[in-house]
Amino acid sequence: MDNNIAISFEHVSKLYRLGVVGTGTLSQDIHRWWVRDVLKKGDPYLKIGQTNDRSTKGDSDIVYALQDITFDVERGDVVGIVGKNGAGKSTLLKLLSRITAPSTGCIRAHGRIASLLEVGTGFHPELTGRENIYMNGSIMGMTKHEIDRKLDEIVCFAGIERYIDTPVKRYSSGMTVRLGFSVAAHLEPDILVVDEVLAVGDAEFQKKAIGKMKDVSQSGGRTVLFVSHNMTAVKSLCHKGVLLENGMLKEIGTTDDIVAHYLRRGNAVENYRKWDEPEIKKDGFELLEIGVRKKGGNWEDTMRVDNEQELVIRYRLNEPFEHLHLTFHTKNEQGQKIFSFSSGKQIDVKHNKGIYELIYTLPANFLNWGNYAFDLYVVKDKSKVFIVEDDIVSFTLANRELAIGSWMGKEPGDITPYFSCVEAKIN
Amino acid sequence: MTQQANEWDLLIEPKKKLLSIDFAEIWRYRDLYKQYVKRDIVTVYKQTIFGPLWFFFSPIFTTIMYMFVFNSLAGISTGDIPPAVFYMSGNILWGYFAACFSTGQTAFTANQGVFSKVYFPRLVAPLSGITSSFIKTMIQVLPLIFIYAYYVMHGVPLHFTWEALFLPVIIFLIALMGLGFGLIVSALTVKYRDLNNLVAFGLQLWMYATPVIYPVDITSNPKLSLVLKLNPLQSIFTDTRYMITGMGSMDWAGLLYTAIFTITILFLGVIVFNRQERTFMDTI
Repeated sequence: MDNNIAISFEHVSKLYRLGVVGTGTLSQDIHRWWVRDVLKKGDPYLKIGQTNDRSTKGDSDIVYALQDITFDVERGDVVGIVGKNGAGKSTLLKLLSRITAPSTGCIRAHGRIASLLEVGTGFHPELTGRENIYMNGSIMGMTKHEIDRKLDEIVCFAGIERYIDTPVKRYSSGMTVRLGFSVAAHLEPDILVVDEVLAVGDAEFQKKAIGKMKDVSQSGGRTVLFVSHNMTAVKSLCHKGVLLENGMLKEIGTTDDIVAHYLRRGNAVENYRKWDEPEIKKDGFELLEIGVRKKGGNWEDTMRVDNEQELVIRYRLNEPFEHLHLTFHTKNEQGQKIFSFSSGKQIDVKHNKGIYELIYTLPANFLNWGNYAFDLYVVKDKSKVFIVEDDIVSFTLANRELAIGSWMGKEPGDITPYFSCVEAKIN
Repeated sequence: MTQQANEWDLLIEPKKKLLSIDFAEIWRYRDLYKQYVKRDIVTVYKQTIFGPLWFFFSPIFTTIMYMFVFNSLAGISTGDIPPAVFYMSGNILWGYFAACFSTGQTAFTANQGVFSKVYFPRLVAPLSGITSSFIKTMIQVLPLIFIYAYYVMHGVPLHFTWEALFLPVIIFLIALMGLGFGLIVSALTVKYRDLNNLVAFGLQLWMYATPVIYPVDITSNPKLSLVLKLNPLQSIFTDTRYMITGMGSMDWAGLLYTAIFTITILFLGVIVFNRQERTFMDTI
């Protein structure tokens, strides 16, 4: 056995039953009990468990939230666990935090585990801030002596000195979160398990929180498992990544690789499509290829807010066209159309038969990070729309590289321009 | 092989043994236990003027009501013991039993929020529950002492017997039996909640089958009397009253029966609690 291993997952699976508990489930329970406990034939429902894909309707109501997960985490590693909603991230943390037991397999660990699936667990609204520090601290496994010693530090970190003897029910939600995180930040576990608790609090506090997590992971070789949808935070904190998909372990690797792969496939984003047998065709127009990529890069490259992107379209004309132009409607994550652009006069000339390639360049520092999609409109004779394809192609923009401690959240709005500005001391 | 397993501090597996309580771990969490007890007591009288005095009201009013309904209207005799002392002692004992039962019964549902986010030995929660109920019960004993003193001063020959040394045992039996029954019910209702609808009714029925408001020798029918004596709570009420007033008689056999019963129930309760502990989050 390698002594450097902090956590070891061995063939861990977790089954869940979908649907409502009622008379129907009673017969399943009796059947399961009969086969497993009386006939000793093993759990019959392990076999019919299905891969957990939320969007497809399966024929079994037993699904694997996690399926055969095996990997080791070395001591001192800071590991980011990424995957889309329902990939099994939280289930993995729940198993490791001993909230619920695995269905099969086992997990071994070295040292004390503290899990931060929520901040301020066990806060009682009627108790004062001080009383709740003791309450929450002991729930997280601190002794009274430890809390006594760190009380001042905790209060100071939370920045709520003034309210410390006021019941927590009078706190703003932000203050409650600060207090909760502050207690958690002063735990001294060997292994820290963190779910997306950083998604709360204001910008200033997020900075503090990420900075603190960084301190924790860098000092004294502590092992951290971190689950987040915030790729910027994952990238800046973790040096290893684990990608989960539909309850299965897809990949382990460096954070950069994992984040890049997640961004490409995790969100069902399709930034490049090519048809050998054209499907989008009408009146002699055939779409052959369409894609968005980093300017001059490959289709697999991560696209970042501060790079130029290019939209590339290849099409074949089987008839000459007198007038032709292509219009794209740009949609944000919520599906709102944010702007449109068109080829306009640039190609609105007589086209002979043949294959054409059209490249648009999207400026750097323009669209905010996130997911975008284009709707395609093909127009002939200046005003006749003859092809409409919604979501013809979609892409993800990643954030700029940020310094540790900067605000990791998403700035509001769909664009994130850099304006030149000049400052002069005038007095 | 075992050598290797020992090197890990933590092993998370699908199933645990039936009766594996990690007492060392519970001991490590003793500060949490104290915090829970403190919270239960303190939060009751936050934002009240009379504070802990409110714990007195329930037994006093219930006693007055019992004296009126069962003693004056229904004419049920309380034997030689003055009705106020009889009812109040019965009420306090039953109140503690019911509180412990409810602690066990709601062990999972009441702590769902915390249990779903943090691990600690789950038994800490019900153990602190029976402790805080005990403290509340002790506060309720104060008015009983006043009433007791009042009767003694007015010449009623109430006195403690030497058997009163066993009062702590009685308290333990109540707490553990209540907890054991509660844990069993909670395990039965985590997934299928049907039983919950019967529990309140069943508990009430049980109270009337227990000598809370009548002495155990109320009936001369031998069959009915046997049924009353099969109730494991019977000896607790009868014996406690004897211990603190010197009236009636001590039922050692009954107390032994109750003790054996309690240990069995507690054993079962902890087994089912252990079984549920690791997967209840998926079914609750």
